[in-house]
Amino acid sequence: METVADLVAAEDVLLFVNAAVAATGQDEFHTGREAQAWSVDFLHEYMLVNYRDLYAAVLALGINDRNKARIVLRLLQTGADATPAQRAVEGRLIRRALRDLPVNRVYRLFTALKQAKVNNRRTRAVMREWLTARTDLGFEAVKYRGALKRAALHAHLDLDGLPGDAEGEVAAFLFDPKRRFATPLFETWRRAHYERAAVFELPYTVAEGFAARHRIPRAVFLEQIAPKLTRNERLRLQRSGGAAVALDAAALGRMPLTRLAAYVLAIPEREREERREELLGALRASARKAAGDRAGTWGRVAAVLDDSYSASGSTEKRRRPLVVALAAHVLLDALAGEYRPLWLSGSEDPLLVRARGVTALGERIVDALETAPQTLVVVSDGWDNAPASLAAEVLRVWTTRLDPERRTAIVHLNPVFDADGIGVRRLAPSVPTAGVRDAEDLPELVAFARFDDGRVGLAELRAAVDARVTRWLEEEPWAA
Amino acid sequence: MGRLTFAGLETRPGQVWGQIRLVPLVRERPVEGLRIHPGALADTGTPRDGCWYVPHGLTAEWTGDGSGVPELGTALRMPTTTVHGSRRPRAKSKFGERRTRVRFVPRRGALETYLPIAFKAPVIAWEEWSTRAFRHGIAPQPDRTHLGFLVDGLGDALRVFEIHPGQCGVLVYVADALSGVLVTPHPDDYRALHPTLIEDSYGELIWRYSMLYHSAPEFEPRLDASEVDSIADLRAQVAAVQRDWAEFHDGTLAGGLLGPDYHFAEAYAMAGFRLVRYRPSFSAGTETHVGEAILDAKGRPAFLQSFRLSETQVRRGRLLEALAANEWHLDRTADHLGLTRPALVALLHNSGLDWMLRRDVVDRELAARRRGQ
Repeated sequence: METVADLVAAEDVLLFVNAAVAATGQDEFHTGREAQAWSVDFLHEYMLVNYRDLYAAVLALGINDRNKARIVLRLLQTGADATPAQRAVEGRLIRRALRDLPVNRVYRLFTALKQAKVNNRRTRAVMREWLTARTDLGFEAVKYRGALKRAALHAHLDLDGLPGDAEGEVAAFLFDPKRRFATPLFETWRRAHYERAAVFELPYTVAEGFAARHRIPRAVFLEQIAPKLTRNERLRLQRSGGAAVALDAAALGRMPLTRLAAYVLAIPEREREERREELLGALRASARKAAGDRAGTWGRVAAVLDDSYSASGSTEKRRRPLVVALAAHVLLDALAGEYRPLWLSGSEDPLLVRARGVTALGERIVDALETAPQTLVVVSDGWDNAPASLAAEVLRVWTTRLDPERRTAIVHLNPVFDADGIGVRRLAPSVPTAGVRDAEDLPELVAFARFDDGRVGLAELRAAVDARVTRWLEEEPWAA
Repeated sequence: MGRLTFAGLETRPGQVWGQIRLVPLVRERPVEGLRIHPGALADTGTPRDGCWYVPHGLTAEWTGDGSGVPELGTALRMPTTTVHGSRRPRAKSKFGERRTRVRFVPRRGALETYLPIAFKAPVIAWEEWSTRAFRHGIAPQPDRTHLGFLVDGLGDALRVFEIHPGQCGVLVYVADALSGVLVTPHPDDYRALHPTLIEDSYGELIWRYSMLYHSAPEFEPRLDASEVDSIADLRAQVAAVQRDWAEFHDGTLAGGLLGPDYHFAEAYAMAGFRLVRYRPSFSAGTETHVGEAILDAKGRPAFLQSFRLSETQVRRGRLLEALAANEWHLDRTADHLGLTRPALVALLHNSGLDWMLRRDVVDRELAARRRGQ
């Protein structure tokens, strides 16, 4: 039997995990980024001080990259407070986490370490080890030149001792760039200062700056740089790039689901209507890929999807909650045997959904429960307002009177961090709530949400997290 | 005399943000043949020298035969006449093919103009009244009003408010004091006017409440779990909760607006509608709303705008009402109110209305008042 303290501790940890999935440090519809920075910092500090080992273990739980980097920063900052055993585990977790993080996030973390004046032996070792393991440091030196330079200065790195095909020229490239290089990419970069043709052999983000310098027209630039674009850069340029960077339906289908949904919702409605088959096909293909071998295994599923006005997000996160809802809709369609989507506005056409109207969650949840699903997924920011907290009442009555054995599994996924409430907003105490960033994580989140019904104690949660950490540390990342 | 109603409109659950509560009113179908547009003054183009401020006001536009009024600025072939001053539309023969527009006083000034419009200047030249009172009538005495920008939290509340489908109106509460109502004939008009609520003026009381209070309680629905045995029961309970809220709102929260009897002064006749100004009988210490409404033939509001008067304005209105009822005779008014003549003049002085009296009369009566009469 768990004590109250145990239950509270488990709740704290889950609260933090949910927040660390949803909070991205950007403006949300209701609250601004300043308020969010304050409350997310508070949560990090609280976890670090009270549950240090769990705080480090959260790195294994699929939280978003920004919060992973922040955890690493805080762990490195406060290494003196940890016991040697804790430090050993932390070291392995940090190494694994850095290997998973996108390269730009890691360089940004190094810059943050410099700004926070964290320069202990462990930090320098972590930076050195990560940089030693890079396979193409020459390329990164060009693409992240400023960040790498700052990192090298901060960690006192012997750049030329690092492996790679840059032939000992990285230090010269960073600190003495006005000379000829033997490394072809460095030489291209030097020539790009004077020569138009060299610009197009550089990575896109670097070439953009040189293109402005050489006054190369945007259309010409995009046409010639197209082979150098990465997948995400290409998707980002779809709306503005023109024919040179256009993707066909099959290529769109290979894009990550949530990013693809964001792209689809950015297209004007009329054009969406014209390209209906292509876009729906791409969404379905991407969802099938995300579902993998779980496709069609979930049985009867109903989903309540939020397309109220607050799903329009902010100027920084345009339509993000709506994007997640659309991606979840397509993914659930792939996962379920029998699927019933219920948009709040009553819309039947997911392709033309738009953020408008009120959040009348209560009535919509009754509609969904009427279909007697095995799983009910609610994707909403939790601002139930027509009337407020009717959904909580409906769910309370449902779980106490109509379904006390919990035959229907109900999960609430919330893509929005609520800075005023320090966490993601819940629908009802009896219904598990999980933060969600990318809809692709939906199956894992639904499985993990089991711990969040207020009845699971710390011991059980700790066991589950430890098992996850062990698995995570053992499995080889595909990149290595 | 009569009452205001929200006939034709349904109350939906309010949305609370901090101390502001916004309660939406929804129409099943829009009112035909009348539209309200933002912007009372013609667009004067971009300023060349410095900048100027065009106060926010409204334009009403109607067709004679109840056919739809096009969206502002989209009609190519339907000519429109703008009514200036009190000129009535001339051409009645071809009424079906034309729209007529009338512009409202900018809302910023409306508050000060309502009282004087209701009570005309003295009709009999009693010797106590100054010549200014006859010549200018009761010229508006600008009170300090507070633009919506100054009301704490109103901007955010309007920004995060989620507009209902078919919504044609809103009631604005600050710390649960009703501060204004806006009803429009068409949902699109409401959508256009929703952001302009921030440019409206609000009384001092509302501004003060917005500073003093930081939260308003949510209306929390309770379902009776013991009554529920099936989904149908659950649905019935949900519907009952919605009904309870509408009843509670119209009866209690909006009681100060819908309860009292109003004098309706007909200001203008549009094809099937009439524009009226309404005011209650003033008595100190009660909620007092004045405003303008466009009512259809059955008295249902197609357009409604109301302001809550501050206590000072209510006191002033009560004095003007008593004076008007007694033909501006000082002694009779004093009798009517149960006061002595010096006490009445002191009241007029305190309410900022003593400029209407001759200076020597005021001085004499105030001196008498000081002596204890």
